[in-house]
Amino acid sequence: MSLKGSAAIIGIGELKPTKDAPPDATALGLMSDAAAEAIADAGLESRDIDGFLCGMAFADAGLLYPASVAEVMGISPRMLNQVDIGGASPAGMVWRAAAAINAGMCNAVLCVVGDLNKFGDQKPPVISVQREFEAPYGNIGANCGYAMIAQRHMYEYGTTPQQMAKVAVDQRRNAVKNPLATFNDREITIDDVLGSRMIVDPLHLYEIVSPCSGGSAVVVASPEVARRAKHPPVWLLGAGEYSNHATITYAPSLTDSPVRFAADAAFKMAGVAREDMDLVCPYDCYTITVIVTLEDAGFCKKGQGGAFVWEHDLSYAGDFPCNTHGGQLSFGQPGLGGGMSHVTEAVRQLMGRGGARQVKDAHLAYVNGNGGIMSEQASLILERRS
Amino acid sequence: MSEYAKPLPKPTPTSQPFWDAARRHQLSLQRCAACGKFIYYPRERCPHCFSDKLGWESVSGRGKVYSYTVVRRASSRAFAEPYVLAIVELDEGPRMTTNIVAAPERVKVGMPVAVHFDDVTPERTLVKFKPA
Repeated sequence: MSLKGSAAIIGIGELKPTKDAPPDATALGLMSDAAAEAIADAGLESRDIDGFLCGMAFADAGLLYPASVAEVMGISPRMLNQVDIGGASPAGMVWRAAAAINAGMCNAVLCVVGDLNKFGDQKPPVISVQREFEAPYGNIGANCGYAMIAQRHMYEYGTTPQQMAKVAVDQRRNAVKNPLATFNDREITIDDVLGSRMIVDPLHLYEIVSPCSGGSAVVVASPEVARRAKHPPVWLLGAGEYSNHATITYAPSLTDSPVRFAADAAFKMAGVAREDMDLVCPYDCYTITVIVTLEDAGFCKKGQGGAFVWEHDLSYAGDFPCNTHGGQLSFGQPGLGGGMSHVTEAVRQLMGRGGARQVKDAHLAYVNGNGGIMSEQASLILERRS
Repeated sequence: MSEYAKPLPKPTPTSQPFWDAARRHQLSLQRCAACGKFIYYPRERCPHCFSDKLGWESVSGRGKVYSYTVVRRASSRAFAEPYVLAIVELDEGPRMTTNIVAAPERVKVGMPVAVHFDDVTPERTLVKFKPA
């Protein structure tokens, strides 16, 4: 049994992120707005939604969340759950939705995330082992973990600050063509990135995602529902998921990530090759994340990610279109909506709705969602059939 | 003397021997009697073979910097910048999240380090490292 071709994404909704929490906004409101947009985009009504997957909102976290969010939206699902694998949650939702559809449990699954930017001074983690063995030393938040990955990658493979910076530079070229991106007013240079403030050695400010408020959603539908969709359905061709740690200190390696297993499973299910991809949308909370993900997903040899991004043009018009929405580094990170932005962009491109940044003849896309500190990985292969 | 404002570990029944040893300025790790591997952080069962036959052993306190970062802007205001957050790989195998007590520019990946016990409060000692 496989999920290959078992369901399609038929609608997307995505709000333009805002840097601050708007005073009149709520996380539930942002989720509702994104959901309404996605359901309308799918050509459906809210009563057509019979499956419901939501993500945790930092601003409104609690137990029994899915029923509360569904109740706010007036949705009565036959399958509901919260997917809690950090930034990998949106990609993880897509294959879980397809699995529920494939099992005959439902026909149209709303996958929705949204959050208010309530960051600032971060509180120590609530999970006991992290509170006990990480927080006392100042390992709070995600910055330190990714900085240590970057430092080790530089040590093992000679990856350079310039190579890492190029990820942010190329993706910004994409963002300039994306009206929804938070940072889209001008292109940036490698000197701009390396001249921005050092936050956690070796990562500079422009290499670190910016927390925002926002919301986004997709509708995953059965083949029967997809036939009536407004836009060309984007089929799930392959999916894979893997995790082997929570805190990076206790991972088998800092530089070999679980992306390898998620991506291998996804490509195996899809039966397509890396070279067949017309675009890639790897999670990019930091520049180093893209380099490690491209290596472990098999787009280049291990350790060659720095050279790979240096040699290829990652822009929508380039030879290796990557995060054509600008990536989260330019789009912004509205909580789990950061992870969803890779899904929505791949769908937009495959539907032919990429606007000024449309990748020519885009039929196949690789998407990766990443949670925690390279902890949870969910890979998708998406296809628009010709 | 100013009050200690950073988060403090709150030992559990599982981890109490680790923190008690640190208080005596000893680095003590769990070791699995079934597979022989050392374990950090303390667990209820061995994460390598899932045995529950775990004991405590004092270890050398020597290791190498596996990776590190200099935190120049902390995510929590409780921490004064800059500070060196590191992963130390102990000679016995396990890796630990810790701080390197040294000038940031001295710290390098692969650098040998030795344990340094920091009595941060009258009750609590953190396990940090210094260049060896």
